[in-house]
Amino acid sequence: MEPISVIVGQIVALPVPDIDTDRIIPARYLKVTDKEGLADGLFFDWRYRADGSPNPEFVLNRPDAQDATVLVAGPNFGCGSSREHAPWALQGYGFRAVISPSFADIFRNNSINVGLLPVQVDDATYLQLVSLFDEDPATQVRIDLAAQTLTLPDGRAVAFPIDAFSRHCLLNGVDQLGFLLSGADAIAAFEAQHPIELDTTR
Amino acid sequence: MTQARTLFEKIWQQHLVRPATAATPAVLYIDLHLIHEVTSPQAFAELRARGLRVRRPDRTLATMDHSTPTTPRNQLGIIPVLDAQAAAQLDRLREHCREFGIQLFELGSEHQGIVHVIGPEQGLTQPGMTIVCGDSHTSTHGAFGALAFGIGTSEVGHVLATQCLLQQRPRTMEVRVDGRLPHGVTAKDVILAIIARYGVGGGTGHVFEYTGSAIRALSMEERMTICNMSIEGGARAGLVAPDDTTFDYVAGRRFAPQGAAWDAALTRWRALPTDPGATYDRVITLDATQLAPMITYGTNPGMGMAIDARVPLPDALPEPAQRLALEKALRYMGLQPGQTLLGQPLDVAFLGSCTNSRLSDLRAAARVLDGRSVAAGVRMLVVPGSQAVKRQAEAEGLDRIFRAAGAEWREAGCSACLGMNDDKVPAGKYAISSSNRNFEGRQGPGARTFLASPITVAASAVAGVVTDPRPYV
Repeated sequence: MEPISVIVGQIVALPVPDIDTDRIIPARYLKVTDKEGLADGLFFDWRYRADGSPNPEFVLNRPDAQDATVLVAGPNFGCGSSREHAPWALQGYGFRAVISPSFADIFRNNSINVGLLPVQVDDATYLQLVSLFDEDPATQVRIDLAAQTLTLPDGRAVAFPIDAFSRHCLLNGVDQLGFLLSGADAIAAFEAQHPIELDTTR
Repeated sequence: MTQARTLFEKIWQQHLVRPATAATPAVLYIDLHLIHEVTSPQAFAELRARGLRVRRPDRTLATMDHSTPTTPRNQLGIIPVLDAQAAAQLDRLREHCREFGIQLFELGSEHQGIVHVIGPEQGLTQPGMTIVCGDSHTSTHGAFGALAFGIGTSEVGHVLATQCLLQQRPRTMEVRVDGRLPHGVTAKDVILAIIARYGVGGGTGHVFEYTGSAIRALSMEERMTICNMSIEGGARAGLVAPDDTTFDYVAGRRFAPQGAAWDAALTRWRALPTDPGATYDRVITLDATQLAPMITYGTNPGMGMAIDARVPLPDALPEPAQRLALEKALRYMGLQPGQTLLGQPLDVAFLGSCTNSRLSDLRAAARVLDGRSVAAGVRMLVVPGSQAVKRQAEAEGLDRIFRAAGAEWREAGCSACLGMNDDKVPAGKYAISSSNRNFEGRQGPGARTFLASPITVAASAVAGVVTDPRPYV
């Protein structure tokens, strides 16, 4: 995983609440056994018309949104299915962070696990970002993970929450599995005393 | 004196390998890991790349359900997989299960089915367990008083390699439902009503515990329907405290404890329910006596109403963002503000999914369809949740009722709930569905979905239009 320290990037706003992971990537794109090509399915049914041509009304198809690396989206982003294909597709498309007033629980975990930074902000900041994008699609923000701040073009810095361990992993580009594996002895000790009624699944 | 604890707190504490510290989240032990073909291949690839083994294949079970066809068997008794991509995904699961020593319920085999149907049915799902699966409807298993939740593929890898997950402790929310359910109102209507009132993000960060006299009175299959859709309310997990209804269901199943082990298990399980005086972070309530059959009109499960109500007016909503979201949803659905859905013509009726494809769901729908016919122009798919459900339904003659009514009786799988296989709703067409999600494009690009109970699906299939099921039952 690439370490993340500071993300400076152009925003694109998709101010729709409750964007579910079926929207982000429809199930028919989940028949893969690797992570390749998922960006092609990103927001597919919004991005393309029924005849397969790009939908010019969808914001990601605007010429001035092609360099965006930070997605600004409505509350409860990533609700629904647990498919990690959703953050894989966002990342594959070129997004490095998603800013929203709230994230669905599973999506937040999945994003952190793949190195796509979820930046949770208050409603006022979210609405300000949507307005800024409307006024100037070239608007950039600066996200400093170590400081846990999002800096707006006017210089205002807004704090965002992230747990200490996730921050550590993202800053250092390490995944969580290494930490879990390092606790193998503790897991074995736990298993030795853990009562369980299910003997085996075989 | 020990502190009064909730059901959630007891399970959580019993599975802590390491408590959280200032620098690290809690390490939670997982008793049962269910896997399927769609969300596991990249996790196995990661294990291979790191040279890791599966720590507890004996706590892991695989099935095939998401991308599998539900079309009839050929002369050899095999369900042919014509989609090359799906076939490759299924092959990969077979290889991985063989390589890592994991029991696999193969497509079409005796025990195969939707992952959240087979766990309970086989007795794998037991009170007090922690259960995960790379599927958000893992919340279903919470009906047994097990802490069960969906995870992503990275986490599938974590559990395969270590049988543990790193977890931030969720908050608790009591969802109290009291009173007797009126005639024609089912468990599905209860959960749709909860989500309609408290929203699709209302449970974010929380684990639900469903309590109250209405929940106590439900069968296990009804409790599973409610817990299944906890995720649609934003909660990763939903719990019902185990009781005699639970124990009667589990007893005698293939993987359930037997003999002395059963007695020991019962002693432990009876200590699980929330202690008197224990508190939740939040409490919400619902009066069961005031409920009607529910239906959704929009593009998330929270956009639901009583079946005889009218579609809300965007102008009546307080927030501009809510207004825009409703307008967008109604545009997608081709509906007008203020209209009734009763009489809305339908093209497809789908009875299936991990929410409502169990025997009691099929029986209820069959009672409505018995001696009646699916309306001309409506395609009805009946997809049992598992091969075991299918066999039992056939033994009871339910398949003959469905076929005689003009419905399709199919093989077990997730099917049209998520449209990964060929079971899709065509663009612009209207479906009434016993599944869990009415998201844009969920049942196929451009598909328009009304979520409802099995009896509402059956009654509406007969009428050819959205129909109040109460006169039919």
